Amino acid sequence: MTAVLEAPPVTVAPEKRRRRRDWRAIGAFAVLTGPVVIGLGLFKYVAIAWSFLLSFNDARGTITLGHWIGFDNYAFLLGDDAFLTSLATIALFTVVIVPITFVASLGLAVLINSIKRGKAFFRTIFLIPAAVSYVVAALVWKMALFNGLPSGVANVLGGLFGADPVPWLSETSPPVYWVAVVTLRLWLQVGLYMILFLAGLQAISPSLYEAGELDGTTKWQAFRYITLPQLRNTSVAVLLLILIAAFQAFDEFYNLFGTGLSGTATAPVKPPLVYLYDSALGDQNYGVGSAGSFLLTVLIVVITLLQGRFVGFGKKD
Amino acid sequence: MAVLPVSRKAPKYVLASVLSLIFLLPFYIMLRNALMTRQQVSSPDWSWLPDPLSWVNFGDLFADASVPMAHSLWNSFLVAVVTAPVGTLFGSMAGYALARINVPGRRAVFTYVLVTLMIPQSVTFVPTFVVVGSMGGVNTEWGIIAPNLFSAFTVILFRNFYLRFPAEIEEAGRLDGLGYLGVYRRLVLPNSGSMIASLGALMFIESWNAFLWPLVIGQDPSSWTAQIALSTFLTAQSVNLPALFAGALVTIAPLVAMFLVAQRFIVSGIAASGLKE
Repeated sequence: MTAVLEAPPVTVAPEKRRRRRDWRAIGAFAVLTGPVVIGLGLFKYVAIAWSFLLSFNDARGTITLGHWIGFDNYAFLLGDDAFLTSLATIALFTVVIVPITFVASLGLAVLINSIKRGKAFFRTIFLIPAAVSYVVAALVWKMALFNGLPSGVANVLGGLFGADPVPWLSETSPPVYWVAVVTLRLWLQVGLYMILFLAGLQAISPSLYEAGELDGTTKWQAFRYITLPQLRNTSVAVLLLILIAAFQAFDEFYNLFGTGLSGTATAPVKPPLVYLYDSALGDQNYGVGSAGSFLLTVLIVVITLLQGRFVGFGKKD
Repeated sequence: MAVLPVSRKAPKYVLASVLSLIFLLPFYIMLRNALMTRQQVSSPDWSWLPDPLSWVNFGDLFADASVPMAHSLWNSFLVAVVTAPVGTLFGSMAGYALARINVPGRRAVFTYVLVTLMIPQSVTFVPTFVVVGSMGGVNTEWGIIAPNLFSAFTVILFRNFYLRFPAEIEEAGRLDGLGYLGVYRRLVLPNSGSMIASLGALMFIESWNAFLWPLVIGQDPSSWTAQIALSTFLTAQSVNLPALFAGALVTIAPLVAMFLVAQRFIVSGIAASGLKE
């Protein structure tokens, strides 16, 4: 009614209301993000900060700070042949497993995508190993497929071609255990990446292939000049996922080569996580374990960021 | 006309079938060995299927006093059945807030979550052990569960999902007088079913199959999960091989069943998880 007189309060009121609404938004935001913010804070940020400090301590059998020794733990690690060998091991493993997994999963995806009937059936079969844990796979590989006995599956198959039985997991020259290690991870993971490639393949517009057909492209040319470029983003994501997963390899090495009494002492190969497990849990040396954790974390972050520089992973949206 | 496509396609089907047999071989071996006697399994002669089948191995598996298989399976079940729904809920809550509630500092919280995405869980098992150990979580079920309830990955995927969520639903809720939390709980959450099922299934699989963290934090047999029990069984000095394979079958059975029943959700979960950019 008295519009002129009431004018000042009217301009204040929406402001007030908006501010009150903001507080409600902030409250809701805090409630909804609270668990994750606190959980990640505790198990990532606090954990890594604490561990970083611990890495400058002599922390044998203790996780409390107080015995500062500077960079001794880092010096110990970088001077320990076993640690350096573990880095070389994982580098070699990565160089082998990444291209094999990449090509195999892309190949399976293209194969399945190109058949009409039974697509879902074959997809299920190739995916189902992803339900199996590394422990169970290692069990089957160690105790049946590559057990080194004449009745072991690998030796039976080899026998068909006239090969002598091979002690797959204990033979170190040549290091044939890599066959077991690589095939195990390939079997478990290839289905997952195949799914990613299948999603990528189905997103390619059929009109591109129709245009290619009009130009008389061969199947190989269509794959090389249409499919591969169109799968660029998927390929990058898959490569990064395979790479980071390979870097964290632990389960199969522990279970293929570990023995109850001596732990992993007799293992012919140890990746960095097995080395860290032995120092932290075996020797209870949390200082060295923390230093190693920190070195590996930095290594993985650097790899991720380097990859990001080249392909734009993790860039701001 | 009908003949030509069939003959052209035939090599592909042959290839796919041969590969399928290779992929299924480890499952067949598991089943065969689980049904053999100890003599048959260590015999130098190849056999396709034992006769008669030794179902007794499944009984031996649970009778072995040195490996508490039944209790370990229960622990695995407990861990997965808590981690999957709670972890998914936390991820959905944070993902929704980051996508839809515009407050000052939202960008900072998003970055705070995103940074942890680069640091893989398994590499930081020593730091996590230090924290959970100092909280008294060694040899407890909650010690196995707690660090895995907070997944940056799940948060980011839910955020992407909610960025595309239809705004009309929320507006309708506001008009009905619901606050932010009411809109989330009554309208957003019930309409996130497919995403929850997908990421929940992945989390269930991951926690059921987890090895390194349960191995580190659960050293006492009372807190072993099925994976740790099997691993202990596997690396023991004298092994009852058929019972070991029976244990492997029992351990993978729930997940294989899940893959067959809920494959749609698992596949879309995997597909979503590859597109985290």
